[in-house]
Amino acid sequence: MSRRRLTPGATAALLGLPVAFISYFFVYPLTAIFWRGLTATGTLSFDPFLDVLTSPSLRGVAWFTVWQALVSTLLTLAVGMPTAYVFARFRFRGRALLRGLSIVPFVLPTLVVGTAFLTLIGPNGALGIDLRGTVWAILIAHVFYNYAIVVRGVGSFWEQIDPRLEEAARVLGASPWRTFTRVTFPLLRPAVLASASLIFLLSFTSFGVVLILGDLAHTTLEVEIWRQTTAFLRLDVAAALAVLQLVGVGVLLVVYGRTSARRSRELPLQAGDTARPPRTRGQRLFVWTTVTFMMLFLGIPIAVLVVRSLRPAGGFGIDNYVGLFTATDSAFFVTAPEAMTNSLLFAFAALVIAVVIGVLAAVSSAYSSSRIAAMIDSGLMLPLGASAVTIGFGFLVALDEPIDLRTSIMLIPIAHALVAIPFVIRTSLPVMRSVQQRLRDAAAVLGAGPLRVWREVDLPIVARAIGVGAAFAFAISLGEFGATAFIVRPGNATMPVAIFRLLSLPGATNFGRAMALSVILMVLTGASVMFIDRLRRGTGGDI
Amino acid sequence: MIRSMALALATVSIVASCTSADSQPAEIVLLTHDSFAVSDATLAAFTEETGVAVRVLRSGDAGTMVNQAILTADNPIADVLFGVDNTFLSRAVAAGVFSRYRSPALDTVDVTFHVEGDMVTPIDYGDVCVNYDRAAFDESVIPIPAQLADLADPVYAGRFVVQNPATSSPGLAFLLSTIGTFGEGDDYNWKDYWTDLFANDVHVTSGWSEAYYTVFSGGSGEGSRPLVVSYASSPPAEVYFGELDESPTGVIAVGCFRQIEYAGVLAGTKNEAFARKLIDFMLSPTFQQDIPLNMFVFPANREAALPDVFIAHVTPPIDPIVMEPARIEENRERWIEEWTELAR
Repeated sequence: MSRRRLTPGATAALLGLPVAFISYFFVYPLTAIFWRGLTATGTLSFDPFLDVLTSPSLRGVAWFTVWQALVSTLLTLAVGMPTAYVFARFRFRGRALLRGLSIVPFVLPTLVVGTAFLTLIGPNGALGIDLRGTVWAILIAHVFYNYAIVVRGVGSFWEQIDPRLEEAARVLGASPWRTFTRVTFPLLRPAVLASASLIFLLSFTSFGVVLILGDLAHTTLEVEIWRQTTAFLRLDVAAALAVLQLVGVGVLLVVYGRTSARRSRELPLQAGDTARPPRTRGQRLFVWTTVTFMMLFLGIPIAVLVVRSLRPAGGFGIDNYVGLFTATDSAFFVTAPEAMTNSLLFAFAALVIAVVIGVLAAVSSAYSSSRIAAMIDSGLMLPLGASAVTIGFGFLVALDEPIDLRTSIMLIPIAHALVAIPFVIRTSLPVMRSVQQRLRDAAAVLGAGPLRVWREVDLPIVARAIGVGAAFAFAISLGEFGATAFIVRPGNATMPVAIFRLLSLPGATNFGRAMALSVILMVLTGASVMFIDRLRRGTGGDI
Repeated sequence: MIRSMALALATVSIVASCTSADSQPAEIVLLTHDSFAVSDATLAAFTEETGVAVRVLRSGDAGTMVNQAILTADNPIADVLFGVDNTFLSRAVAAGVFSRYRSPALDTVDVTFHVEGDMVTPIDYGDVCVNYDRAAFDESVIPIPAQLADLADPVYAGRFVVQNPATSSPGLAFLLSTIGTFGEGDDYNWKDYWTDLFANDVHVTSGWSEAYYTVFSGGSGEGSRPLVVSYASSPPAEVYFGELDESPTGVIAVGCFRQIEYAGVLAGTKNEAFARKLIDFMLSPTFQQDIPLNMFVFPANREAALPDVFIAHVTPPIDPIVMEPARIEENRERWIEEWTELAR
């Protein structure tokens, strides 16, 4: 393949930073904590693996972890694909706003979503069904959380596929379904696989949702590792479980990496917006139904939070919001503006780290034929499938020398970036692989150097995808994903930390303010992501 | 002569550098859990007194914090730890996390709170008790349960919510109170009691927030069950944060489990002297009187004045269950596993 033209030297240079980052902040801490766990008895022992593998209850946990992740992924795809299509192909009023809002559930603390879900589908649920403790509650919550990955991840790729390809198929007599299965889906496959892999890993390591909505019979490896570590300090068992979890994720990623590289092909991708207003009555009906479904599915749990935030002690009003900004109650240990500022600063730092590392890794994987580049690209996915408590404790064990980073404030955006980098890579890589070589050749023939070719040909097409990844990175940090629950934090409380704190004390104002702060978190997320969406739209010109 | 002068100078400079390193650090670091809170003025008072600032590091729940301290025992990330309770104490002490210190201020603390060996200093205590929804029982002919045994009575079927002891600190405290109440003997023991509770459709949540806010019906709870495992200080919190005159919830004063929180100097600290001063300060009236309205627990210093809302709305527990930390450490994992078996 002539299109992969980075020299080995250039590949190595591009990969330097990503490799250093992942080695120091992931491989090294994990190795250190695993070593600590497996040498707990004084000598290296593999007995914990035997204990884990021979325990029927732990085998049950492993099996449940895998199948619920698989079903969650398929359900999310099934529910999200029509919406992705609608956002990609049709222009309608409120499209930018709804696309921005679709990411809102993604950042909500699980404790808040769990509370909202229990109000709806718990005992005495408002919807009249009690799903608590059933696997359905967990699956529905996973779809709720990960919906945006399909809508935004697949949707942005779909948007860039020339609609004339589908129109040609229709003109030649193919039915809509046949057009989808024979033309659209094969073209979309890299983006679908990429989103599916992200959803699978997030569901596979699901913690809060499973803890709150599950019960004793429904628990994941992630919850079990946390329980073994913090409740029993069984570092050996926890290490064995975490190693097995990581091996499972590794196998999956190798398979995925091979399929996605093989399946990708060059496509006439558009940098501009290809959406048009719906024309036929059928199209209008489809857009209307899909958007209504999305608004109900994402909107009802969110509406529960909004309503509860507007009910201060014995009434209806905005007292909870006013309180958040004016309260000096000693128990509210951070004011809302402070928490918002902290959250935004961390999110910005995480975005910068994730985009720099992610784009470097994606570029080296897309433009070189090196196997090592592909391996590193897969390796950067691992943190998404690794146990957060293990990484967090790994930081403590490993990062004391040469510079003591264990209590550094930078550890927080770094931990967020570990989870965010896979999103940047997975959204941009399928697009990078699809850029047509003849466009680059044309530019080269006209005298452009390699960097200029990339800037003028690739970047306009790829910018939109990087923007999608950047928005996710920002949201991941706002939502405090990953190991931050298990690292030591200096005083700078973020919004999720403040929400958690409010929900840990009885009293109407605490609950009301927690709901109000959740609503502010949603608004802030929606607004930031729409702002990032707008930025990236500014970068892509039509070609 | 010159040589001895040089030696003397060198000695002086070594001594000087030692004392300057030891005597006045810019700050000392306090490792604590997420529930820790004090007024800004309180920590400022320590700085005013000593010239040393206090940097607070928060690290998840109490269990996570203890594990972090154990993992970093050879090279501590802080000088003082606050918030280890009697359910995790033995583990932390056995791992060599603390350096021995007996504060002179310990005289102000009831001897029942003292810890043998002086590895840690008691700072506050709280009681995990069953709370009830006053309105629900006012409207009902069913009496308010008087003791834990009553909750196994079928009239309370479907009315009680607890937390999972494997994932929740009050959940574990309640399990320990049932073990303390019913014992492990051959007669009706704690397992028989829990078998009856499960037969009585007790609801188990993973954490306190879900139990209190979504399943419990009283106060700020929005659920339907009138009985919940919470704290003896929950009613004053309802009054304080709900801006009410009377608490909508009450406490069943029998069968409470006493949680004691300790602070300790972390072994290996470079600021031992100021770490000790911080421990003394945590027992001083300034700090102690700031505890109730920040953390909703009780000051260990018996001379500390309680806020009015505590005096008016706290039901003092009757003979709270106090369990030896060593006994908890020895049996915790087994008890939790056995409970989990019963719950399945």
